[in-house]
Amino acid sequence: MRASFRTLFAGAVAAAFAFAGPAAAQQKLKIGFITTLSGPPAIIGKHMKDSVELALEHLNHKVGGLDTEVIYGDDQFKPEVGVQLAEEMLKKNQVDFVAGVIWSNVMLAVEPVVTGAGKIMVGTNAGASPLAGSQCNELFFTTSWNNDESPEALGKYLQDKGVGELYVMAPNYQAGKDMVAGLKRFYKGKIVDEVYTKFQQQDYQAEISQLRSKNPKAVFVFYPGGMGIQFVKQYVQAGLRDQIPLYSVFTVDETTLPALREAAVGQYEARFWSPDLDVPASKRYVADFEKKYGYTPSYYGAQSYDGIMLIDSAVRGTKGNLKDVKALVREMRKANFDSIRGRFKFNVNHVPIQDFYLLQAVKADNKDGVAMKIVEKAFENHKDAYYQQCKMK
Amino acid sequence: MTWALVFEQLLNGLQYGVMLFLMAAGLTLVLGIMNLVNLAHGALYMVGAYLAVAGTQWTGSYLAGVALGFAGTLLVGMALEVITMRPLYGRDHLDQVLVTFGLILFFNELVAIIWGRGSLYTSLPSWLQGHIDLFTGSRYPVYRMVVLAVGLAVAVLLWYVVTRTRLGMLIRAGAANRTMVAALGVNIRLLYTVVFGFGAALAGLAGLMAGPIYAVQPGMGELILIQVFVVIVIGGIGSIRGALVGAIIVGVVDTLGRAFLRPVLATAISATAADAAGPALASMLIYLLMAVVLALKPAGLFQSR
Repeated sequence: MRASFRTLFAGAVAAAFAFAGPAAAQQKLKIGFITTLSGPPAIIGKHMKDSVELALEHLNHKVGGLDTEVIYGDDQFKPEVGVQLAEEMLKKNQVDFVAGVIWSNVMLAVEPVVTGAGKIMVGTNAGASPLAGSQCNELFFTTSWNNDESPEALGKYLQDKGVGELYVMAPNYQAGKDMVAGLKRFYKGKIVDEVYTKFQQQDYQAEISQLRSKNPKAVFVFYPGGMGIQFVKQYVQAGLRDQIPLYSVFTVDETTLPALREAAVGQYEARFWSPDLDVPASKRYVADFEKKYGYTPSYYGAQSYDGIMLIDSAVRGTKGNLKDVKALVREMRKANFDSIRGRFKFNVNHVPIQDFYLLQAVKADNKDGVAMKIVEKAFENHKDAYYQQCKMK
Repeated sequence: MTWALVFEQLLNGLQYGVMLFLMAAGLTLVLGIMNLVNLAHGALYMVGAYLAVAGTQWTGSYLAGVALGFAGTLLVGMALEVITMRPLYGRDHLDQVLVTFGLILFFNELVAIIWGRGSLYTSLPSWLQGHIDLFTGSRYPVYRMVVLAVGLAVAVLLWYVVTRTRLGMLIRAGAANRTMVAALGVNIRLLYTVVFGFGAALAGLAGLMAGPIYAVQPGMGELILIQVFVVIVIGGIGSIRGALVGAIIVGVVDTLGRAFLRPVLATAISATAADAAGPALASMLIYLLMAVVLALKPAGLFQSR
C-alpha cells in the first residue's frame, strides 16, 4: 500500500515536472530586497534602492536573462519587521532570492528565515561576524565585508605609518566595541584613551574637551549616520581639524558628505571602495548613477549593484534554472561578473576576499564641493578574521 | 584632572543646559497652563531647524534664516494650536499623547517629503566661526558662546515677561487656576494660542541654534525631547524658574558625568570595571537624578501650584 502510494506520488511529481517544462521558458525571476526606507537611516536605503534600479536598467530588466521583478521591503530598522518581510516575500511573493539588509541585527534575524526556506540570501551591507564564522551557511552570500575589516585596514595603515599613539572613540554598543577590536587587531601602538559615548548622542563637546586635554597624536572614531555628522562638525568647530588628524570608519561617506561639505575636508576613512576607484565597472556605475539621480553614489549602493550583478551571473550560469538551488550556489561561488571593485573572489565563507584603501575627503568641483579620494592601498586580498571558524570548504 | 578642564566642562554643561532650557520653557508652560502633554514639541524644534536652513539657502543670509526659523515656528505653533490642540483640552492625557505622537510622524514625513531623507547642510557666517581663547589657555568655539548668551538672554526676557507684564500675570494666573481666569472675563482661548505659539517659537529657536552643531534630519527632535521631559519633571511642571534651574542642573550633571565619572570611578574600583561602568552610569545619571528628585519632592524643585 505504501509502496503504491509512493509510486503514485512519484508519478504525479514527474507529470508536474513534464508540464512545468515549457512553462519554465517564460518564467519570471523574483528578488526580494530588504532595506530601510523610513526614519533617519532611510537615506542609506535610498542609495541602495537607486543602485538596484540602475543595475536592473543596465541588465535591461532581465536579470540572468529572465524577466525580473524586485519587491522592496522597508525593515524600519527592526529585526522583527525584517523577519515578517522575508516571510511574506518567500510565501506570498514566492521570491527566488532575498537580498539587501543594512543592519547586522536585522540580518542575524532574517538570514535563518531565508536559508531555512531553502532560498539564497545575498547580503549587500550587514557584515555580522557570526555569519562569516561559526554560523556560515552555503545559501548565504555577501557582496560587502565583515564589520571589522574596515577598522582592521585603518589599524594596519596607522601601524605601517608609525602613528605612535591614538585616541579612540565609539558609541557604547556592540558594533562600537567590534570596530575597536578590529582596529586593535592590526594597530599595536599606544592607545591614549578609549571613550565610549551614549548611542545616538548629539553633543560631543564634553568629550572633545577631554580629548584636547590629552593632546593625542591622532584620533580614531566610529560614528555612523547622524552621530558622525554631529561629531565631525563639532570637532571642526572646536578648532581641532588642523591640530589632530582624525581617522574614521563608517563615519564620512557619500550619504553624509552633502551635510558636512567643507567640514569633512581632511578626514581619513578606510574602505574597500570609493567612487574614484579606477575600475571599468565602477566607473560605468558611478557615471550612470550620477547622470540618472544627480548625486554621488556610496559604497552602500555599489555593494547593492554588485548584489544584483552577482545574482545575474549565477542565473545565467544555470541557464535560467531557478529550481536547482545547488547549481545556483555553485555558480554564485564562481562570482563570474564584473564587480565594481575589479576582480571578485569569494572566500570559503562566502565573504569576498578584497582590497581595502585609505581614503581622504578632499575639495572637489562637484555639487557638495567635497569628494572622497583614494590615498593608498591598505590591504591586498584581505580575508576576514572569522573564516577559519566556518566549516564550509 | 585640572581645574582649567573642570571649568571648561562646566561651561559645556551650562551651554547644553541653556539649550535644554529653550525647549523646556515652552513645554513646561504648555503642560502647566493648558494641562496638555505635547510630544510634538520636538517636531517644532525640528521645524525651526529646517526653516532656518531653508531661509539661509533662499536668501543667502544667515540672519534671514534665523528670522524665518523663529517666525515660521511661531506661526506653525499657533496654527497647530488652533487646528489640533483646541479639541484636545477637554480630553484625557492618553488622547493628547496619541494625537501629538501622530503629529511627530506627520512632521517627520513632511520634512522628508520636502527636503529629502538625508541630513541638510548648514553653515555659519564667518563672524560666528572660529574660537576664542579662554583664560585657562584652551580654545572654545565662538558659536557655543553665542548659544550660551542667547539662552541666558531669553531666560532674562522670559523672567521679565512672566513677572513684570500683564501677559505674564495672566500666564501665572492661568497656571494657578484656569477656570477662575476664564470666569474673570479673560479670553483664555487667545491666551492659549499665544502661549503655545511662543512655546513653539522657543523650541524653533533651540532648533535653529542646534542646526549648525547637530545633524538636521527627520526625527532630530525626538533625540532631545526625552532630556527635556526630564528637565521639566525635575524643575516642576509649569514653572519657568524650575525649567531654567532644572535645565542647568541636567546640562551640568550630564556633561560632568560624561567627562569625569569614568576617571573618578577608576580611582575607586579597577580601571577595567570603570571602563564598563563609567559610560553606562554616565548615560543613566540624569534619570537617577530625576528619580531622586521625584522621591524627595514629587512635584519638582519649583512647584507652580
